[in-house]
Formats: sequence, structure tokens, C-alpha cells
Amino acid sequence: MAEIRVVHYLNQFFGQIGGEEKADITPFSQEGTVGPGTALQKELANDIKIVGTVICGDTYFNENIETAADKITSLVAGFKPDILIAGPAFNAGRYGMACGAVCKAVHEKLTIPVVTGMYEENPGADMYKKDVYIVKTGNSAAQMRKAIPALAKLAMRLVWGEVLGSSAEEGYLARGVRKNVFHKQRGSARAVAMLLQKIKGETFVTEYPMPVFDRVSPRSAIKDLSKAKLALVTSGGIVPKGNPDHIESSSASKFGRYDITGVNDLTKETYETAHGGYDPVYANEDADRVLPVDVLRQLEKEKAIGNLHNFYYATVGNGTSIANSKKYAHAIGEELKQEKVDGIILTST
Amino acid sequence: MDVPVVHICTVVPISLTVGANRIDPAVAIPHPLGNPQLSPDEEFILRRHIVENALRALTTDINEQTVFEMP
Amino acid sequence: MQLELGHIEVKDVQFGAKTEFRNGTVFINKNELLEILKNEHFSKIELDIVHPGDAVRICPVKDVLEPRVKIAGSGQIFPGYFGNAEMVGSGRTHVLKGMTVLTVGTIVGFQEGIIDMSGPGAEYTPFSKTINLVISADKKEGLFQHEHEAALRHTGLKAARYVAEAARNAEPDQISTFETRPLSEQLNQYPDLPRVAYVYMLQTQGLMHDTYLYGVDVKSILPTFMYPTEVMDGAIISGNCVSACDKNTTYHHLNNPVIDDLFARHGKDLSFVGVVVTNENVTLLDKERSSSFTAKLVEGLKVDGVIISEEGFGNPDADLIMNCKKIEALGIKTVLITDEYAGRDGASQSLADGHPLANAIVSGGNANATIDLPPMGKIIGHIDAVNIIAGGFDGALKKDGSITVEIQAITGATNELGFNQMGAIEF
Repeated sequence: MAEIRVVHYLNQFFGQIGGEEKADITPFSQEGTVGPGTALQKELANDIKIVGTVICGDTYFNENIETAADKITSLVAGFKPDILIAGPAFNAGRYGMACGAVCKAVHEKLTIPVVTGMYEENPGADMYKKDVYIVKTGNSAAQMRKAIPALAKLAMRLVWGEVLGSSAEEGYLARGVRKNVFHKQRGSARAVAMLLQKIKGETFVTEYPMPVFDRVSPRSAIKDLSKAKLALVTSGGIVPKGNPDHIESSSASKFGRYDITGVNDLTKETYETAHGGYDPVYANEDADRVLPVDVLRQLEKEKAIGNLHNFYYATVGNGTSIANSKKYAHAIGEELKQEKVDGIILTST
Repeated sequence: MDVPVVHICTVVPISLTVGANRIDPAVAIPHPLGNPQLSPDEEFILRRHIVENALRALTTDINEQTVFEMP
Repeated sequence: MQLELGHIEVKDVQFGAKTEFRNGTVFINKNELLEILKNEHFSKIELDIVHPGDAVRICPVKDVLEPRVKIAGSGQIFPGYFGNAEMVGSGRTHVLKGMTVLTVGTIVGFQEGIIDMSGPGAEYTPFSKTINLVISADKKEGLFQHEHEAALRHTGLKAARYVAEAARNAEPDQISTFETRPLSEQLNQYPDLPRVAYVYMLQTQGLMHDTYLYGVDVKSILPTFMYPTEVMDGAIISGNCVSACDKNTTYHHLNNPVIDDLFARHGKDLSFVGVVVTNENVTLLDKERSSSFTAKLVEGLKVDGVIISEEGFGNPDADLIMNCKKIEALGIKTVLITDEYAGRDGASQSLADGHPLANAIVSGGNANATIDLPPMGKIIGHIDAVNIIAGGFDGALKKDGSITVEIQAITGATNELGFNQMGAIEF
């Protein structure tokens, strides 16, 4: 039976080269196991063999990420592996970043499964948990004895092609992907049980940790409004009558770009809303209530603003995912940038 | 891209949560820039006030998320 | 307030000469019912009976109701629509268990849903497991949307009431008794048990997004107290479809599982003191006002914790978080029941708002997950609605009759009262 070939990635310390003073060593490889690789080998099934180890200094890696990752990937490839295991890095930041980056690069280039292990607060965890399976470990090498079997177990499941369960079941850091499952009890019973635990001060596990949203820094104010070109964008679903692009009433898969050259007012004969998440009556009667074309044309006439851009953008913000919203925003932003727009008014319902 | 954006919306808490920097509070979800209880002329004036407030937001320098309440 | 709920198990539903319950079967006089449902707003009304396992697809579904009739105690089922809005929730009520009445027909808005009685789609709706009397009503030309919605709503209520009469003289297979005492008594009944209340959020955002309490449009109320048993007699009925997956059908309100599960443990490890019902309005001022008022009512109930259920998604997530924050600030623990819109890949943020105090959440699942539904032998309704309902899209309905949609389009799929076992976890 063909054995399953494993390559192990380590930094200069666990690779038994030296401490901080050796953190600048360039990547090299060695046959067989090194350092914690020996313990790792013991936890792997009989037909799974660590055939080689690749070692690189943490400082060298983090200062030369691309070249180091490339070199390491070729060294790894040289062993013709079926899987790459990196670390565990515990809470060592540069080591965690290196393990994550190496795993990601090897997975992309060699399309083999990869796995590493680190403490959840390791900066490498935040950076790579969505791309790479990261086994949850304690925060220092003192927990090596627990981390190694955990890392070996997940590695085996991955290399055997088994379907992985949730992050809680399998012990890897949550990758931020929600999947539907059928629990044993209905939701209301789960809620009552959770409430009693919470009231009694017992540990409970929320089924959904609160979302975190990113931030952008505020942009500079427009200096001279009378010369400014302003554009309108809406998530309120205002579209030309008949919704020619068939923008969906919920979970929009697209946005539309509509020409309002010569349009001074939106009327119920010419515009409507495609948005399925609010009472459409008012917007259908007068779409200016969601997309204020009439007022902006007036301000344009009075020269209070330079001009209203002759194209507006619309999508439906009903159940539209953050990821898609970001995609549309980037695309719309790019176009408006090309059009040299000075300011954007975004309306939502 | 150094182009300011102002978000005209009713549910200001959501706009703050998702990270808009310039926020202009609107009337109601189905008609953010309108009020069907008013006459068309009165509605236009209301809409103009909200838009002018949005322009105020676009022409004001800020360092952090700011809700531009109607003066 | 004490209510005896008698379940009459329905083994079959058939059309017959006389509307009655006999040997486990509900017989319905088709012509008599059609006569009662005749309405100037509809060009056509048809009745069908479907059973679990049938190769039938029903779309666009507006509401699902359960036939119940009051045998003793004040008021009538669906107070505010029938009778003089006397208070309900006491005495005795009979329930035809195992069947529903459901309304379908020309689509009103974007939010109606799909029910498959067999196949993969059947896993996602509770109504593939009930025998359903399906009322298809097609509207006349020129009918305004508000009138259309109201006409369909009244049709469902009238039909459920008519069918329920068959249960009046039937002997229940099982009787359960539920009791909530007036507050000062209830607080003293189980002094050593944690006290719990239920905050019941209702969708109230206009056409196709409304809910009614004793016939009153809930967008116009201030939050208020209810005895849990009032809900069992139809005090709350649905006028909304905001998205099929997480709108509470009238059936869901009648069978509110939070109320059931709290009663199940009442007197054992908790004391269930009552329900506060609140709305989800379209202005920020209303949202602030209702959440502040709700917190004040909850404080007055002197409870240790509350379960809060949301209805819908998007802007009501702000109401959910406001209710949570303000109640937690009083030192009262909260658990929230909601569903998620995490995108088709499950990788987007599931809620539009959040707060660290919302640390105890039960999820009804990700509504954006997609499903492939096979072609179905029989369609009741207008299947091309699939292309425009929420969760559907242009091309969702394929030429061979198969459908790819988000489970958002399936009636009851991600219900936020916690009706289903389905949820979502982190991968």
C-alpha cells in the first residue's frame, strides 16, 4: 500500500537551529522529522510518513514573504507530499504568520490539503483562518503535548478526504462560514435551555457570535459644491419601470446603471421599486421619495451644485449579503472614479 | 479614492454598525425622502431639506463616524 | 387565565356531503365553503386537498392557518375579526390537529412562498407534514394590492373558522391545560424558580409586512402585555409574508413554540409570567420608543430573563438589538431567536446590526442557502411567481419545472419562533 507522504514546516527554533539570533536563516529542507516532528510522527497512522521537513527563520520569512513562500513551496514540492503540516505556532506571531502564509501558498500551488495549529489570538490566526484549517492550541509551547495529537488528528481527516464537521466539533478555528444543520431539539427548546443556563450563570454557547464589520477612514470634504459633480446610488431598488435588468426582490445578484440624462423628475409611469422588503406603494407613486432626482436637478439648475451625474446606480438591499454588497460597491466605485465624481449620495430604505 | 459618501437612511444604528462615516437621517423606511401625508409641494421642500443636509455632510470634514442631525 | 386545549387528531381530510368530523376524518362540504368564500375581489376560487407525500408544489403561498373553535370561555377564535373582540385565552378550545388551511393565488407582492409536499423541499417546511386544504383565489383585474392582501387574509380566516366547526362536538384525543395567573399571584406561585417572560416581536412595516392583534394593526400599538393563552386562540394573526422562510404564519402564531416550551417547564424549573408583544416599525423614533417601552414593561414583570423572538430580517435586526440592549441594561438576561442572511456561501455577516450584549443567540438557519427542487407532478397556484419571490430570481424556474432557489422562498424554513430543528453553526 502506498504510504501517505507528509512534509512538516518549522521555524528556526523548533527546527533546532537556534533562537532569535537565527531568525534570519533562509529556507532549507531536510529528510525525515526534526524536533516536534518526531512526536507528530508517533501520532500519525502507520501508513502516514513525514518524509521531509522544511525550516525557515521567522524574521527572514516575514521580511521576504513572497520570495520565501515561493522557495518554501518548491522545497515542499520536492518531497512529492500528500499533505503539509505547519507548526504548531502557539502564540508566536511571526511564526503564526509564516505557518499561515506557507499553508496558503502550498495549497494554492500544489493543491494538496494543508493544516497548521495556533492560539486563537495569534495574528496569523485572524489573517489565515478563512483560507487554512488552523487547529486551536494553547498559547505556549508548554501545551505541545496536547497540540500535537490534535494537529495529527485533523491532518489525517484532511488527507483521507473526510468531510469535516463544524469548528466546535473538530477543534479548528472558526472560518466564518455558516452552514445549516438539523439540531436534535427545536429552536424554542434550545432557547429556553440557553436562558436557564444564562440566568444561573452557567456556561452556555451562543449559536451565532456577533458580527464584526470593517471600517474605512472618512474621506475629505468637498471644497466647492458649486463645481462638484455628484452621483446618486441607492439600495432601495429604484429601477426604470418594468425592471429591465430583473434585479431580484431579495438577495440581489446584480446592480443596474441607469441613464437619467434629461430626466428631471421620477414618475410612476417611468420608475418603480424592485425591492421586496418594504411597502412599495410610496416609492411606486413617486420614486423621488427614495432617489431624490427632482431635488438634485433643481439644485443643479440653481448652480448650488456643479452637476448631477447622468447615471445612477441601483441595487436591492433586501437580504443582500455583505460580500455581494462589497462587490457591487467596488465595481460602482471604480466606475464613478473613472467618471471623476466628487461626491456620492447613497440612499437606503 | 478620496470621494466622500453620505448615507441617507432611516435606521441610523445599522448605518453606524456597518461603518458609514457620514450619515443623514431619513424619514421612514418606505419613503426615506418623502412623506405621503404631506402635499406634493410640502414633500418637495422636506426632500430638499434632507438633501441639503446631505450636502452639508459632504462638505464637512470629519475624523470619525458622524450623524448629521437636521439643524 | 386558564385554557384547556383539546387536540382532535385528523387522520384524513376529504370533501363530503356534510362538514363534520367522523372516524378521524374531517369532511368538508365543498360547495358550502365556496359559497361562504365567494368574494367580489376574486375571479375564481378553487379548493384542493393535499396530503404529505403528494407530488404537489404550492406557490405562491400567502398564509397557513389551523382550524380552532372555542367551546367554552369568552370570545371567538380570531377575535377582532369575529365576535366583539372579547378577550380570549380562557375556557376550552378544540383544535383540528394535523391539518391546515392555506391560501394561495395570484401573487400579491414579492414575499410569498413555496410548499412542496414531497421531495427535498419538504424537509424545510412543517406544512409538508400536515394535510392541507388549499384555497386558490385569483384576483380580478384592477384590484389594488392592499385590497388583494386583505381579501386573501379574510378568506383564510373565514375558511379556518368554517372548517373548525367540525371539531365543536368531537371528543379530543388529548387535552392540555395552560394557566397564567394575574401577575402578583403568578410571581408568588413559584417563588424559588427563575422568572421568565417572552418578548414577542411582530413584523409591522406596511403592505405584506403587517400583523394584527385583536384585529388591530400592530404598527399602531404601543408594546403591551398578553396572557400566553390568548395567542392560542388566534389573538395574533398574520398579514405578512416578509420572506416566506421567516414570516410567522397564523399557524405559527397559534402554535407558538416559545410559549409551548416555556409552559412545558413552567412550575418545574421556571416560572413563566407572561408575554410582551411589540412591533418593528419603519421609523427610528418608533423603534426607539417601542424598545424603551418594552424594556419598561419587562422591568415591571420583575423577571430574571426573557426570550426575544424577531420576525423578518434587515432593519428589524436593529429593533432586536435595541430590545436586547435596553433589557440587559436592567440586569435582565436575554436570549434572542433570529435567522441569518449570511450569503449563499455562508461567509457574510448574518445580521445587519450587533452588540456585545447580544451574546446568547439561537439561530433558525441561513436563509440564503440554496436548494434544488425537482419538477413536481402537480402545481397549485402560479409557479412562475418563483422567478420574482424573495429568494427566487429570474431563471429560478427552469423549463423542465425544476427550481433552484434560496430556502428563503420556502414557507417556514428558517422560522424565528424556533419552530424548527434547523439552525446554523460555524464552520
